[in-house]
Amino acid sequence: MAFQTNSKIVKWIDRRLPIFSMMHHELYEYQVPKNLNWWYTFGSLAGIILMLQIITGVVLVMHYTPNTELAFDSVEKIMRDVNYGWLMRYMHANGASMFFIAVYIHIFRGLYYGSYKQPRELIWMIGLVILLLMMATAFMGYVLPWGQMSFWGATVITNLFSAFPVIGEALVTWLWGGFTVGNPTLNRFFSLHYLLPFVILGAVVVHLWALHTSGSNNPAGVEIKGKKDWIPFQPYYTAKDMLGFAVFALVFSIFIFYSPDFFGEPDNYIPANPLKTPPHIVPEWYFLPFYAILRAVPDKLGGVLLMFGAILVLFVIPWLDTSKVRSARFRPVYKWWFWVLVFDCLVLGYVGSQPPEGALILIGRLATAYYFLHFLVIMPLVGWFEKPLPVPASIHDAVLADKKAKESADA
Amino acid sequence: MAATNPDESKGEGVERRDFLTIATTAFAGVGIAGAAWPFIDQMNPSADVLALSSAEIDISGIPVGQEITATWRGKPIFIRHRTEEEIAKARADDNNPDLIDPETDAARVQRPEWLIVIGICTHLGCIPLRYQGDYGGWFCPCHGSHYDTAARIRKGPAPKNLYLPPYKFLSDTLIKIG
Ligand code: HEM
Ligand code: FES
Repeated sequence: MAFQTNSKIVKWIDRRLPIFSMMHHELYEYQVPKNLNWWYTFGSLAGIILMLQIITGVVLVMHYTPNTELAFDSVEKIMRDVNYGWLMRYMHANGASMFFIAVYIHIFRGLYYGSYKQPRELIWMIGLVILLLMMATAFMGYVLPWGQMSFWGATVITNLFSAFPVIGEALVTWLWGGFTVGNPTLNRFFSLHYLLPFVILGAVVVHLWALHTSGSNNPAGVEIKGKKDWIPFQPYYTAKDMLGFAVFALVFSIFIFYSPDFFGEPDNYIPANPLKTPPHIVPEWYFLPFYAILRAVPDKLGGVLLMFGAILVLFVIPWLDTSKVRSARFRPVYKWWFWVLVFDCLVLGYVGSQPPEGALILIGRLATAYYFLHFLVIMPLVGWFEKPLPVPASIHDAVLADKKAKESADA
Repeated sequence: MAATNPDESKGEGVERRDFLTIATTAFAGVGIAGAAWPFIDQMNPSADVLALSSAEIDISGIPVGQEITATWRGKPIFIRHRTEEEIAKARADDNNPDLIDPETDAARVQRPEWLIVIGICTHLGCIPLRYQGDYGGWFCPCHGSHYDTAARIRKGPAPKNLYLPPYKFLSDTLIKIG
């Protein structure tokens, strides 16, 4: 039903700037599959966390000083002196971790239900661009407090670019604005750390635009065919997403109030010292699997290329997956490989967190090999020979079948 | 398209228009690239950073077997007063086929007793720890690179020997780096 109102003011505005019609169209008329499960709330959750990061970030900038002499102390001042400064900083620092948890779950959800497949390839690819932007943002944010991990993390990561032949060294000097990570580096990272979240916001709008063009995928992996298959976003999914947010807020609060440094590194409470590397440097947890891939290769350029390749390969999976069936629910063979991949990523994360010694070197190499084999070999092959289970004729049928299965299990 | 221009009816106008389009686009492209350059180059080291480009260091106080860390352009410079054994050990390996980045010890020093290198691991830029590792030189804790007593890479992911800064001996006790 088209947008209707009795308000003269709303009518006046809507005729000149159809913002109310648009909201109505995207919320009330937008058809959402009625069978979305809880894994589908992580997208809107990620959006809410992005807003939280922007709000707490803008507040932090009111008290933070981007200068190598002053940055560390200004963060300590935020923690001790600024009213509720500790809360703002802990929300921001833990919010970054929550953001990655939400987005990683969101991505694995997409992998399981085949949300990257035709016609949603661009939604998937824009999502990966958002992931890359988030990584850049979080990396530069972590440099701002100018602790030991800030400095050495920045040094190691920017040095990755020196692996490129010929231009490598010049590129790194250009990134630093000097001959080491220093004040010019801190200043430009601060500038970009402020900018990129708004670029992410723009990318999110494009992501949703593409989403609202093809519509949401769903656990059954079949498209909406009739009136019985869908419900409007508002009020049904707004309510569901709010409940998801409430649960998130609870978990978030536990970290902020009871274990605010859970995701942090104690070394980052030591001011940066350019002449002393801490004995064991690790990146933030959300980079660990990639760090493990970097270290799995004994060659510098090879490690760097493979690390970037780990994300780039995700851009082509819409074409690597040969299966006709979208959802892994109806893919008896691929389903298991999916869980092997989840396990593999956890193993990579663990290996990345440990010093590269003994058996861990071998485990890291095997896990890296599996990561690439999964996408480049298993995905095309399994889709080829696997015999999928019968796919429900419609979303409505899938819901009824679920209900029946549940009833007979209860009985 | 209906021909309104008398030139076009001869079939020449189309070619001339193509040429103009290409020339204009190329001109605009060069203009945009030129205009972009200041925005890119501003990120390179500024004049004040470049001005700090040399340092003089007094080495008279470093006993044999000891090492200090000086700084030059913000980078750590290791200055090691090598012992006879360290020099002999480095020279013994000059032709070792296991060298990852083959170089003789003599090519890496101006005076054998003074080894002067940039103290930045050639892997990803951590600062190696002195008197550690399997080869008696340095060990980088970040990803496990071992350097010998000529600061050559012997084991681990680093591809190159520790780099040498440009330096000269102003006298027996004073060096100038840069
Ligand atoms: C995509 C959203 C964002 C992410 C993932 C993110 C991530 C981070 C991270 C990981 C830190 C280091 C926290 C710590 O350990 O202390 C940080 C610090 C900081 N961020 Fe953000 N940030 C985001 C958005 C913003 C925005 C929009 C602003 C400003 C408008 C901002 C301003 C700051 C400031 C001033 C700091 C330094 C203070 C501190 O370390 O707590 N951030 N950010
Ligand atoms: S930075 Fe030294 S081994 Fe990686």
